[in-house]
Amino acid sequence: MQGTFTRTVKLGVRSLMLHKLRSALTTLGVLFGVSSVIAMLAIGEGASIEAQEQIRQLGSQNVILRSVKPAEEQVSNQRQRVISYGLTHDDLERIRASFPGVRRVVPLRELPEEVRFGVNAIRPGVISTIPEYIDATGRVLGTGRFLNATDENTVSNVCVLGYEVSRALFPFQSPIGERVKIGADYFTVVGTLLPRVRLGSDRPEAGEDNPGELFIPLSTGTKWFGETLVKMRSGSMDMEEVQLHEIIIEVEHAENVPMVANAARTMLSREHTERDYKVIVPLELLLRAEETKRIFNIVLGSIAGISLLVGGIGIMNVMLATVTERTREIGIRRALGAKRRHIVTQFLVETVVLSVGGGILGILLGLLIPLLVERFADMRTVVTPGGPLLAFCISAGIGVIFGLYPAWRAATMDPVEALRHE
Amino acid sequence: MNVCRTYKMGDNLVRALDDFSFSFNRGEYWAVMGSSGSGKSTLLNLLGCIDRPSSGTYLIGGEDISGLDDDELSDLRSRRLGFVFQSYNLIPQLNVLENILVPLFYQDEPPEEGEARALVLAERVGLADRLDHRPLQLSGGQQQRVAIARALINDPDLILADEATGNLDSRTALEILDLFDELHSEGKTILLVTHEEEVGARAEQVLQLRDGQIESVTKRTAETV
Repeated sequence: MQGTFTRTVKLGVRSLMLHKLRSALTTLGVLFGVSSVIAMLAIGEGASIEAQEQIRQLGSQNVILRSVKPAEEQVSNQRQRVISYGLTHDDLERIRASFPGVRRVVPLRELPEEVRFGVNAIRPGVISTIPEYIDATGRVLGTGRFLNATDENTVSNVCVLGYEVSRALFPFQSPIGERVKIGADYFTVVGTLLPRVRLGSDRPEAGEDNPGELFIPLSTGTKWFGETLVKMRSGSMDMEEVQLHEIIIEVEHAENVPMVANAARTMLSREHTERDYKVIVPLELLLRAEETKRIFNIVLGSIAGISLLVGGIGIMNVMLATVTERTREIGIRRALGAKRRHIVTQFLVETVVLSVGGGILGILLGLLIPLLVERFADMRTVVTPGGPLLAFCISAGIGVIFGLYPAWRAATMDPVEALRHE
Repeated sequence: MNVCRTYKMGDNLVRALDDFSFSFNRGEYWAVMGSSGSGKSTLLNLLGCIDRPSSGTYLIGGEDISGLDDDELSDLRSRRLGFVFQSYNLIPQLNVLENILVPLFYQDEPPEEGEARALVLAERVGLADRLDHRPLQLSGGQQQRVAIARALINDPDLILADEATGNLDSRTALEILDLFDELHSEGKTILLVTHEEEVGARAEQVLQLRDGQIESVTKRTAETV
């Protein structure tokens, strides 16, 4: 039986080789269908993983509250004014006091200060925060230490440099123990952070245009820089008073994230008369990203499915022509004792060889396309083993489905008529 | 056999073989003759089990085949019948050896020594040195000899030849007919359809058809030279 099958396949290949160009063109339909399935899956998967990673860096167990400058309700004709908005220390205390299932609550302020070391000056995000920040955000320490409770309590002039900042200010030396100037004051560097890396890639998250971050204790920040920010803008001077720019709430169990997020929303809407805050829930973003990915997959899948269908119809068309063309051969074989199922097998094998051949070439092309996309379009692609496997099964399935009718036509021919066919 | 085969052509029923009764025995060499339309081909198709009688019965070795289904008929063809056609009807994508082996390919339990048998037969028809040639690389006579070897591979009870020499020049035709004589002398049953008198004269017995009925049965007397 094994031998018979091998011979049938060999015979099929040989029959197809009689019309090389025709067979090659016929496989193209399946080839493009299959390769587009794989390429689309890889690109879709890559985009989705990219999105998921960005969201995860925010922390999937976190609920992030941010101060937002409210829309200006009227144009003030005062030349100088103070706008007060955003999250307050009271908000922070309320969250700390009343929210259940919360592991950490981390407040932070962002200060628009210049940072200097020697001749180098940059404007990173200067963040004043508490020691728990590093745990809540999952940042990784490179050298030295992060801020600690003593720094906070003693209002020390210490700072921790983000990767980009330490590279910009100290390209050739270790920054630990050096004193950098932030605004008008000197701070001792006690540690540096590693860059945020993408999984599976050694490239830092952002390139040269990301100025990076620098961390100082919250108490120190409040002491030296106050809570009023002065912004010069087109001749007028705006002063903004913001107590906290951001509060990161780390929830103990991921399933409680929606609950905490809702509690935060309820609390903030009660305490704030204006909408001067926003609630960012990475987990919700993640779910939304998954949903987007699902829709994306359905759309891409339909397109790929249609191209496979067209490919299959192309194969069926050619096989019908082949059956007509080989009517005489069918007659001879029937006269020499071939049963109907022999004829069905013969033509079915030919169709499956065509479609699987197209499928295999399609898989190769489909694996190549993501590489090219990654190289030239700088998009992330991820080829999952399921993609090629699925594509292969589909192409074999197409061979069987679209081969059945031509094969049935061949097998049900009247041998006498078939033999008379010229 | 006692059969009636009718064809429908438009509104008319055409009786290609009309109330036709005929029997022959193992080891005989028959020529079926008649003008075109006399029912020769119909008879051959019926005998070859690729067509079925509209009514009547056809017995092979006492077995009624009119009741067999398509698979059983196919099986019968692959085991007990050998065909030689006017236009050779070799399969173009197969070489000589593979063409000879085709009938065995469709048997449920192909004999293991099939290939060896094919080699012997190829030797016998004088094509042992062309086993890997394709049919189109061979002359008509050579192709027909491949076809005869193919008809012999399953050691058939009956060899059916349809105008086997019709496409050949007279010298090659004689060679083929000599081959048939040889097979007959080995005890094979041969039924040769032809419209050429001189071909028919080679056979032992001649069945003359006309309008779907038997016109005459001629037995060649002992040895008419």
